[in-house]
Amino acid sequence: MAQTLSFEDSIKRLEEIVKELENGDIEIEKALTLFEEGMRLAKLCAQKLAHVERRIEILKKGEKDEDVLELFQGLDEE
Amino acid sequence: MIDNIRIIPYPNPMSIEKVADQRTIYSVSEITRNIKTLVQEQYPDIWVRGEISNYRRASSGHIYFTLKDEKAVIRAVLFRGHQQGVRFELEDGMNVIVHGGVDVFDKRGEYQIIIDFLEPEGIGALQLAFEQLKEKLSKEGLFDDAHKKTIPSFPDTVGVITSPTGAALRDIMNVMGRRYRGVHIIIYPVLVQGEGAAEEIAAAIRKANMRDETDVLIVGRGGGSIEDLWPFNEEKVARAIYESRIPVISAVGHEIDFTISDYAADLRAPTPSAAAELVVKNRQELLRWLRDLFLRLGNSTQRVLAQKKQLASYHTSDVLFRMMQTILNEKNFALDDVTKTMLNSMESVQNGKKARFERIAGQLDALSPLKTLARGYALVRKLPEDVPLFSIENVDIGDETKTRLRDGELLSTVHRKEKTTRTEIKDNGSDTFI
Repeated sequence: MAQTLSFEDSIKRLEEIVKELENGDIEIEKALTLFEEGMRLAKLCAQKLAHVERRIEILKKGEKDEDVLELFQGLDEE
Repeated sequence: MIDNIRIIPYPNPMSIEKVADQRTIYSVSEITRNIKTLVQEQYPDIWVRGEISNYRRASSGHIYFTLKDEKAVIRAVLFRGHQQGVRFELEDGMNVIVHGGVDVFDKRGEYQIIIDFLEPEGIGALQLAFEQLKEKLSKEGLFDDAHKKTIPSFPDTVGVITSPTGAALRDIMNVMGRRYRGVHIIIYPVLVQGEGAAEEIAAAIRKANMRDETDVLIVGRGGGSIEDLWPFNEEKVARAIYESRIPVISAVGHEIDFTISDYAADLRAPTPSAAAELVVKNRQELLRWLRDLFLRLGNSTQRVLAQKKQLASYHTSDVLFRMMQTILNEKNFALDDVTKTMLNSMESVQNGKKARFERIAGQLDALSPLKTLARGYALVRKLPEDVPLFSIENVDIGDETKTRLRDGELLSTVHRKEKTTRTEIKDNGSDTFI
């Protein structure tokens, strides 16, 4: 499930988890489950953060007038 | 007395006939045509100032009204084909200056001014149009705060609706590139000024929503005259922004330029660069934030475990086993993969940043429960299923196991099983797991 979360949602959920754990009054099983989930989310966030490839695309018309995303080259020479 | 009366002789029938021969008698059509020509030639190109009254828009789309001042009125018509240049709404009582030519409407014997340009008196035409549309849309609730969507703090993909060759795009890409390279940008190219620009912008907003591939949209252009910025003051653009499910940041012109789009958007950015900064602003703080959450996650879990450990029991040890499994697994990615990836990714960036990452990684390692709990612990997995082993009940003599230690793995075969008592577990605390 965590795979489909956006960065935004992941970090929000991570925050919730941390707050719940910090609240302290929690079953150990639950704490571990949360910890596990938190680690997974942190991993996801860190991976997205580490993802340095910047992709710039532009929506163009294809041969049959369909929409096509193409890599944008336009401003490279600047 | 009678001498003073001038008697006008009644012409005798003979002379009438004679005169008639010399008269020019027009048909109604002819004289009308002559007057028409006269008027057309005399007043082909005039400016007239007056107040609008009897305003009426016909179903044909033509607009009819009379222009009046204190003493006179003149009929006026604004044909549909000439309305494009008039961006504000006409109404009775409005003082205007019109340009056009006078013409005669043969069938009614009326003359009227055929308007080809019209401007409000006093206030600029565009300014008036702006104020009128703003008031109209505001009344409709298009600018209500309640309708504003939240701009995501960390969008993965940013849509940019602007000219592919314009200054706005260059500015946005510069800022994003400088701040955080990992943002995916999709450009929806449009005309941003002149005929058809508003339609293209509105259509692009709808298309972006249909394609649903971005987290936020930046709609805008660089600076220009009020005419250049005008598409962003058009109703169709405002409505498309209002209807967008994807949050929209309006970024038109310079700081001082306010457009209807700005009001309709979920957020107004003073410039395109500023829009980019709003979208990626927090990326820089993100590492700090993530690290903070990471640390708090570890600390709080540790604290919970420390509290519960006082209630050490068979149950707890079982849980600890599971936890080790978790942590050892997680350790792989959390501190190895991710930290390494982060470090590697930063290698191309300044050394200062890299050092900071190493420091963060170090802190993470020291503070997380991983280190504490991994020390001296091992995770035993049963082969060939490769499942974690929690109890000696789950393994038979002769089975192969894989033992994960901090620096590697051992492959072993089970020779003997000895069941520990609960007391022993308690006494030995957390140090006696095989």
